[in-house]
Amino acid sequence: MTFEYAPAPESRAIVTIKPKYGHFIGGKFVACSKHFPTINPATEEVLSQIALAGKADVDAAVKAARKAYTTTWSKMSGKERGKYLYRIARIMQERAREFAVLETLDNGKPIRESRDTDIPLAAAHFFYHAGWADKLEYAGLGTSPKPLGVAGQIIPWNFPLLMLAWKVAPALAAGNTVVLKPAESTPLTALLFAEVCQQAELPAGVVNIVTGDGSTGALIVNHPGIDKIAFTGSTEVGKIIARAVAPTNKSVTLELGGKAANIVFDDAPIDETVEGIVNGIFFNQGHVCCAGSRLLLQENVAEEVLHKLKNRMEKIRVGDPMDKNTDVGAINSKEQLAKIIELVAVGDAEGAERWSPACNLPSKGFWFAPTIFTGVTQAHRIAREEIFGPVLSVLTFRTPQEAIEKANNTPFGLSAGIWSEKGSRTLWASQQLRAGVIWANTFNKFDPTSPFGGYKESGWGREGGRHGLAAYLKGVSHE
Amino acid sequence: MSFYGLVDGSDASLKSYLGNLSGVDQVGAEARAAMLATRSIKTTSKRWAIDTAITMVDLTTLEGADTPGKVKALCTKAVRPDPTDSTVPSVGAVCVYNDMVAVARTHLDLIGGQHVPVAAVSTAFPSGRASMPVKIQDTQDAIDAGAAEIDMVIDRGAFLAGRYIDVFNEIVQIREVCGDKAHLKVIFETGELVTYDNVRKASFLAMAAGADFIKTSTGKVAPAATPPVVLVMLEAVRDFYEMTQVRIGVKPAGGIRNTKDAIKQLVLVNETVGPDWLNPKLFRIGASALLNDLLMQRMKMDDGYYTSPQYVTMD
Repeated sequence: MTFEYAPAPESRAIVTIKPKYGHFIGGKFVACSKHFPTINPATEEVLSQIALAGKADVDAAVKAARKAYTTTWSKMSGKERGKYLYRIARIMQERAREFAVLETLDNGKPIRESRDTDIPLAAAHFFYHAGWADKLEYAGLGTSPKPLGVAGQIIPWNFPLLMLAWKVAPALAAGNTVVLKPAESTPLTALLFAEVCQQAELPAGVVNIVTGDGSTGALIVNHPGIDKIAFTGSTEVGKIIARAVAPTNKSVTLELGGKAANIVFDDAPIDETVEGIVNGIFFNQGHVCCAGSRLLLQENVAEEVLHKLKNRMEKIRVGDPMDKNTDVGAINSKEQLAKIIELVAVGDAEGAERWSPACNLPSKGFWFAPTIFTGVTQAHRIAREEIFGPVLSVLTFRTPQEAIEKANNTPFGLSAGIWSEKGSRTLWASQQLRAGVIWANTFNKFDPTSPFGGYKESGWGREGGRHGLAAYLKGVSHE
Repeated sequence: MSFYGLVDGSDASLKSYLGNLSGVDQVGAEARAAMLATRSIKTTSKRWAIDTAITMVDLTTLEGADTPGKVKALCTKAVRPDPTDSTVPSVGAVCVYNDMVAVARTHLDLIGGQHVPVAAVSTAFPSGRASMPVKIQDTQDAIDAGAAEIDMVIDRGAFLAGRYIDVFNEIVQIREVCGDKAHLKVIFETGELVTYDNVRKASFLAMAAGADFIKTSTGKVAPAATPPVVLVMLEAVRDFYEMTQVRIGVKPAGGIRNTKDAIKQLVLVNETVGPDWLNPKLFRIGASALLNDLLMQRMKMDDGYYTSPQYVTMD
């Protein structure tokens, strides 16, 4: 007897995708002469034509943001700003299914994740920051904290709407206005968010959304009319931005790459640890900057954990992201797939042992089977470089001290995981690890109240919580 | 007895065996069960799951007010759950108190239900508070009356007091009484053991002591067969199979009242131990109200509309 799950596709009828989009500037959609396609990475179907912002578009967006900042938003009481944020949060919840379907179509992530994680968390960020809007004086950030002005925000393609929420909600709560650029490959939920701003009757120009590629991002970063740059993306681009803003007065926060150690001690709760390993690296196809991409196993349990991990990976359902039973969806783009394939080839060449469960990958679209490399050491490139895909490097250690040394021996420091049933060991390890977020007996859990950000090359500043709020206020420490 | 070479029957060996089990993280176990509860089972797979679930139901009546008439009615329903549709399979077993076993067995044989076994709850069910000779006699009576399955309860008091060897020895003795005449299901009453660590420990203890099935609850205590409890037991069964190559069955009982809940249980089985366990020989659901909901969902799939409860038999 076998229990085959019949297809359970989510309907896409709930979303209306226009054939062509403009920019959202000054509260209106503005036509643009240049366009580029956005596709569904699971099928390669062209979903829409997206406006490519040039200098004039970015100028217009910054101008609209400045005007809204000066005339309306910075003058409005926190209580009134909070009302708008609450309204946006409620509309996002009401239209959650629409957002989820659109996110999955444009990004390739499973509908289960966009429905159960991305969209609810995005709404939660607006609710959380709505609450702060009229309480900024009581946030411990000075008696009269002031907004910075116009924030230029550039977000990645891995959690399109959630990253928008991380950026827009604190900026608006603190009294800033924004010019936001969604990622080239995933602009659609940001454009739907623009409609939500209209529906919430947010004053024109408070949120401006310009779409485009890296060149549009550079225009925002270098724009003299912008007071703050907030970027989430690769360390490579983060360094370019850091150089660009260094000689200016711009504030900056950067959320960059990671190569998180997920450390399993021999007293770990094994079954839940295996779940945590799977969730740590295969959640969102491994397109997660804080993914647990380096698994550090205590040698005396390594064999058992790997055996159970492989059995568990056999159960991962890879395929149609719109199917409600899919666990791992499509790789976001052809370019990203090529990058994953390249680094996996490096792993092979370096002599690490590659393993994937048998899975039938669709013929169209961009796919990569969940993969683990065993026999990896610190000297392997796949133990040092961010793969940003469903590929796990497995290393071993002998003592807790060795685990910490290996975990910290990386240019990154965004997140880490500790698996142990022994509280004292967990607390000790969490104090030794040089990473911004440390999970104990769980992984990839997010909450708007909790600050998120990295050490070393993983970034500057924090997002979320009180710390994240500080990054959008004048005269307060950004750490 | 061999105890699969895992323990030698001494207190020390049992302590060492149970002491080597890894812990269960409560948050993680509950999150995994909640995630599996989101599986969307539709169309052909739903139909398959409903029929499979029917064959797994241990149709149960365990009331002080049980009479021969009530038990006979239950037996009739067990053999032909839907008298209007002969494609509906019989349930897994009929589960009754010790003194109703003969009534049930005789009636089942009379109405063409020879293939439906009778399960008897035993060992001073549901509390387990009696002396060992009484528990042994209780079990022997049920087997003599025709029970092919014995659902015994463990001594939770002994377990919680840390006297694991006493719990172990009781199971071993009841196992001996069952011999090859009856399958032994061991009930933990997980609502009284409370922690998942205890559930895992009890599972490994009972399996080594000779249980054929491990069962969550008596149905008299809530919470009972919650998805995370069943998940932890299925993981134990899976690990035990890897250690011994012996397949132990699992029986959630209590609180599974509708088709959706039953299908969630089947998903847990499928994605934890795998399809080998999707079989009434290795998975049962202790229930009474569940059967009618399965029948109504089955009718809905055939007819396209929800029927009134008037169209399914009350017992």
